[in-house]
Amino acid sequence: MSLDATSLVPIPVVLPLFGAGLTLALSRRPRAQQAVTIAVLTAVAVIAVVLLLASERNGPQVVWLGGWEQLGIALVADRLASLMLLVSAVVTLLVLLYSIGQGMTGDEREAPVSIYHPTFLVLVAGVSNAFLAGDLFNLFVSFEMLLFASYVLLTLGGTNARIRAGTIYVVVNMLSSVLFLIGLAAVYAAAGTLNLAQLAVKMETTDSDTALMLQLLLLVTFAIKAAVFPLSFWLPDSYPTAPAPVTAVFAGLLTKVGVYAILRLQTLVFPNSPLQNLLLWAALLTMVIGILGAVAQSDIKRMLSFTLVSHIGYMIFGIGLANDAGISGAVFYVAHHITIQTALFLVVGLIEHRAGSTGLLRLGGLARLSPVLALLFFVPAMNLAGIPPMSGFIGKVGLLQAGLDVGTPLALVLVAGGVVTSLLTLYAVAKTWGLAFWRSPEQAHEMARQMPGLEDELDDNQHAQGMVVHRDHVHVAGTAFGSRDLEEARRVIDDEMPDRDLHQLLRDNALPDRLPLAMVLPTAVLVGFSLLLTVVAGPLYGLTDRAAADLRDRTPYLSAVLGGDDE
Amino acid sequence: MSANLTLILTASTMIGAGVYLILERSLTRVLVGLVLLGNGANLLFMVAAGPAGDAPIVGTTDVEDMADPLPQALVLTAIVITLGTVSFLLAMAHRSWQLSGHDDVQDDVEDAAIRMLAASDEASDSHDLSNRATEDDVATDEIYEEEGSP
Repeated sequence: MSLDATSLVPIPVVLPLFGAGLTLALSRRPRAQQAVTIAVLTAVAVIAVVLLLASERNGPQVVWLGGWEQLGIALVADRLASLMLLVSAVVTLLVLLYSIGQGMTGDEREAPVSIYHPTFLVLVAGVSNAFLAGDLFNLFVSFEMLLFASYVLLTLGGTNARIRAGTIYVVVNMLSSVLFLIGLAAVYAAAGTLNLAQLAVKMETTDSDTALMLQLLLLVTFAIKAAVFPLSFWLPDSYPTAPAPVTAVFAGLLTKVGVYAILRLQTLVFPNSPLQNLLLWAALLTMVIGILGAVAQSDIKRMLSFTLVSHIGYMIFGIGLANDAGISGAVFYVAHHITIQTALFLVVGLIEHRAGSTGLLRLGGLARLSPVLALLFFVPAMNLAGIPPMSGFIGKVGLLQAGLDVGTPLALVLVAGGVVTSLLTLYAVAKTWGLAFWRSPEQAHEMARQMPGLEDELDDNQHAQGMVVHRDHVHVAGTAFGSRDLEEARRVIDDEMPDRDLHQLLRDNALPDRLPLAMVLPTAVLVGFSLLLTVVAGPLYGLTDRAAADLRDRTPYLSAVLGGDDE
Repeated sequence: MSANLTLILTASTMIGAGVYLILERSLTRVLVGLVLLGNGANLLFMVAAGPAGDAPIVGTTDVEDMADPLPQALVLTAIVITLGTVSFLLAMAHRSWQLSGHDDVQDDVEDAAIRMLAASDEASDSHDLSNRATEDDVATDEIYEEEGSP
């Protein structure tokens, strides 16, 4: 059966933009807004499925906007792009349902709710456009679309913390956009085109030094977006302050768009200059330093932001290996990580809703308080750490196997680094599990009460609880609470202050009795979806293998885009 | 391809000044820096466009005399995007001033924590460098051995 889906290719971009306009016009009618947004996102998901099938059967689907063959803007949906589109569509739909269940952003009184839906749709349009973009300038425009939406979502409500975090985020991203522009100017000056396929052909005859400079310029830009190690410091500082669904969709998608851009650039435009060693070193440092940051955190949101940075390293590892297995593993890992990281941030939103905080200092006994919540956290957390047989394990095994296949000393170091990172991830989530879910709220409160007095000697009771003071830190169950946490503990136990921990909140009956089903259900579906990735891992890995073969071969993409002449 | 030296020098001056301003703490200056950077990058596009020429309208001029229209279209897009972001950043600077009375970019939370840690480390290590295993250290080791990792 021939399946001609080229006319569907622009719809994942156009439809959300159209929806954004419509929801803005409907800003006084929240119900209608919700209906429009859900309908649009569902449609995008369905179209993504069709595109995936079409690209699977007939190769890359190409459309030249406005019919300007070879001159205009090309949108290309090959296996990789459609797979990314599908995963992102499912994830964004579930996040949107979750945020509707939460009452949009969790602080309706302060935030202008009516702009949430339009902004969210622009973000989706930007992400879709980035996956489909067939030329560098279109990629730049889609980055700007999704970034602009993300600026608005990140600073929603304009509270002090969000403005502080937003400032850094906006300035860093604007800087990377300017770098991208400079890169674009250089590429245009060198090659006279910005179309990726034409560029791929031109680069073969370009002077290798010039090509290297262009490649480095673009790599640095995308590495900022993807939060690859030396350029990752903005991320853990800005993500945790946003509302839970916003953080979830950022964590799931925005960095992956950067990874996707690196993957596309490396495989399509610069296949002969893989810069393997550079990427592998960056991957190693991203993995290890990111996860060490995660281990040191005493807030679940911050911990997860650091694991996000760390696991970007796995994907760069796969790209850096530059063989079929590595690319395939990286693509699989991207699909897995989008779902899992989004699911975890949604669960953290549930924790915040149920227990009033995400600080490990204040939490305890969540497993008894809400077994559903515990289950929803446990499954993706174990998946993130790579416990067999879940998709995280499969993705990591694929990448490690690819590393062993390459077999250079550096690749072997990377394999070791990957294993260590996986173990440390397990350690970080297990620590969170132990403190937030396992101990009782009374224990947590008791601990917080005793902490501030610890500058002096420890008494037996404190020793019995496993508390240790070392270099101004209080160590409890493997977690170091620093001076900021001690300050927080003082605030919590001081009855004059409004700060309360879980024990006090439970005592005062200040918490909602149960979690709203409208929030739990999307989270549960997303966790289920992540498990589904495990169930269908075989076919999915087959798909990513074929996608990787396409990427490495390049001819399917090039002939689909450049072959328009003989039609 | 011959490049226009004036454009390159202007662009590099603007980008240099922009980078300098971005390193300032006040958000308003950072903003001006970003505007300079953005415009400098746009000028680079003009360099990339090659020599100036006539308006690229078919039928009025020879193809050889035309200026390359594509970079101009790209720059136009980039200018619009910069305008949008800059106005957003301006709103943020204003909001920051409303909330805290200044628009300084504040310290990174992690940086501040590390600096505090370094300061306290200096104080605690300076008494006695020879006696490294303090009581606390011993206690840590013992308890970690008992507890194992969680």
